[in-house]
Amino acid sequence: MYNGGKIITGLIIFVALATFPFYANFGKTVELPSELEAEPDEMHLGNIPLVNMRSEHMKLLDQWRDEVVRGGKRFIEYDGDEYEKSLQNGCLGCHEKQEFCTKCHTYAGVKPYCWSCHFAEGEEGLL
Amino acid sequence: MKIDRRKFLKLTGATGIGLGLSATDIFTKGTVEASSGHSRVSTAATRLAMVINIGKLKTDDDYQRIIDACHSIHNVPTIDNPKHEVKWIWTDTYKHSFPEQINEYHPEAFMKKRFPLLCNHCDHPPCVRVCPTKATFKRPDGIIQQDMHRCIGCRFCMAACPYGSRSFNWIDPRPHIKEKNTEYPPRTMGVVEKCTFCNERLERGEEPACVESSNGALVFGNLNDPESEVRKILNTHFTLRRKPSLGTMPSVFYVIGGEDYAG
Amino acid sequence: MLDKALTGSKKYWTLVIILLGISGVGVFTYLHQLKTGLGITGMSRDVSWGFYISQFTFLVGGAASAVMLVIPYYLHHYKKFSKIVILGEFLAVASVTMCMLFIFVDMGQPMRIANVFLYPTPNSILFWDATVLSGYLVLNIVIGWATLHAEKKGTSPASWVKPLIYLSIPWAISIHTVTAFLYAGLPGRHFWLTAIMAARFLASAFSGGPALLIILALIVRKYTKFDPGKEPIQAVGKIVAYAMSVNVFFILLEVFTAFYSNIPGHMHSFEYLFVGIEGHSKLVPLMWTSVILAAVSLFLLIPPGFRKNESILVFACITVFISLWIDKGFGLVIGGFIPNHFGTVTEYWPTIPETLITLGIWSIGFLVLTILYQVTVSVREELGTAKSEY
Repeated sequence: MYNGGKIITGLIIFVALATFPFYANFGKTVELPSELEAEPDEMHLGNIPLVNMRSEHMKLLDQWRDEVVRGGKRFIEYDGDEYEKSLQNGCLGCHEKQEFCTKCHTYAGVKPYCWSCHFAEGEEGLL
Repeated sequence: MKIDRRKFLKLTGATGIGLGLSATDIFTKGTVEASSGHSRVSTAATRLAMVINIGKLKTDDDYQRIIDACHSIHNVPTIDNPKHEVKWIWTDTYKHSFPEQINEYHPEAFMKKRFPLLCNHCDHPPCVRVCPTKATFKRPDGIIQQDMHRCIGCRFCMAACPYGSRSFNWIDPRPHIKEKNTEYPPRTMGVVEKCTFCNERLERGEEPACVESSNGALVFGNLNDPESEVRKILNTHFTLRRKPSLGTMPSVFYVIGGEDYAG
Repeated sequence: MLDKALTGSKKYWTLVIILLGISGVGVFTYLHQLKTGLGITGMSRDVSWGFYISQFTFLVGGAASAVMLVIPYYLHHYKKFSKIVILGEFLAVASVTMCMLFIFVDMGQPMRIANVFLYPTPNSILFWDATVLSGYLVLNIVIGWATLHAEKKGTSPASWVKPLIYLSIPWAISIHTVTAFLYAGLPGRHFWLTAIMAARFLASAFSGGPALLIILALIVRKYTKFDPGKEPIQAVGKIVAYAMSVNVFFILLEVFTAFYSNIPGHMHSFEYLFVGIEGHSKLVPLMWTSVILAAVSLFLLIPPGFRKNESILVFACITVFISLWIDKGFGLVIGGFIPNHFGTVTEYWPTIPETLITLGIWSIGFLVLTILYQVTVSVREELGTAKSEY
């Protein structure tokens, strides 16, 4: 093979780099947060399937964000009650951030930067 | 269980979504600059505006109270370095506020008088015109709103605003917020911010914080309603707007004279 | 062809390593800026654009090196540019690359930069600038590469290249015009609010870009077997002479309008730049340097006798380049912000981190240029066509 040595060395370097995320985390165990195991028919605030909330909440937050910031529609009605479409005044008005957000985000290895602005129940730390 | 976005939105937003306009609707309706014939004036049903009666602001405390009311509820940081300052409402002299409308013979006391300055929520906002991401936009009620989630921090709006009303977060604002209001999100480094006419308070049926704390010196209302209080004042008092020659049509008016202006 | 970039003389590799080193320092400093914010720069709420945006504005001019060769070569069949036209195109690639990097490092939220295309906003000039710049970059990479590839094979470029070349001509005009419009449409910024802003951008680009090209072409001739030829350099020199004259003329037009009309807002920025306002005069020495260099350059460029001497021509090109760099890199952008909207003065001077990042980007640009020129020169050395017949 013409320039075989160089090609093979290059390939090895490439494979090593491309697979870096796998062996960097190899052997580490991360416990599945129990919150992820919801019953399919469990509902939140009457009409939000919990399972969907977990997999799709980012889309909901994204939509709320546009409705509140850009559309000026701040409140939403569930089961006769009015709720503020707000991360810090709505969701975290009832839920605690550590359990509700951080645990799963750590498990999933995602770092949303919501908290570089939004407050979570009186604390100022970043996620 | 797999569920697509459409179905999810249908389930979760059974109430909220159908009601309002979608984000894109708001944008297109909000930024159409109404110009009918020679008149450049907005013809929308609502155009929120503010009248500032300078004569009614007498002591330093009158000014400070207004500024504090705004800055504390909106988590506006207090940064000592004037280059990095963030301010939604502040004061300056007549000479600096109305540089095109001065002469050398104004009374001395008048030239010492401070003027509260804030975003003018222009009818023809240059900042909205230049924003490359629609992060800043005009709402149907005339408020110029800033979407902190979309702002890329290019600062084109700061170059475009002729009133110096926009502040960029040159540094992390968090450590510089004196008293934290956990109900209102502070901003992050790298975005531009400014006065919002307290849209979050208006939605709850309250007046802007500066108006509420001004003892009647600041009046807020619908400029396009002939019966509104702002219109009544404008009909009976001589008012100025900042830099009228630029055609931005500010929604903030200043009542000059009439009452004693000596601070 | 890219493999040619991996073989080169010791000088080539030394240059590459030096440029990589400077870029590395720039990248490292940028990471610091990313973490601590744009507060590490000299910019402020009054002067909200600084070195980054002014370098971008200046470098858009560098991209004009391409079109100033493409028009004579492809539209007027001026064959003497056959060897040098690709140098112009590749210089445009490097320039536009730097432009885009300078815009990127100026962003407060760079990870959101895709928002410009996710929420396309035709009423924003910055949206159009991003569009025309990235388009021009692609055009020049494709055209430059395709023509060089054809040259290597000894064939003429594929038939689809010609339409792209023709497209690149109005496109080149657009990048200067749109960049000028960033400034020329802002109410209340009197220094920028001038109808000849786009014309000034074209004039300064058409002098600065080709001037840089002459300097680079002669460096390439000195260090490689490649020779762009004597006549093509003279022809480019003529372009620089005309464009620089027009550029200076345009600036004098601005001075006339400002001072004869005697409108304070129109005079203030000039006063700040050339005499200072209330003791604020940081840019005064620089601006006069620019004026003197511009005068020297015209003195050397206009009489053909001086210009025909290649050493004088190169010296004149250096004065053009520095004069324009000061005028655009400091005067135009910074001057437009001073005095501010309240009639007061906040001065600007780049900080060390800001300068390091700026140097890093220049260095990345020159690295791109070095690699592209290395490929070009190697191809021609192999073909034995490195020497121009003119």
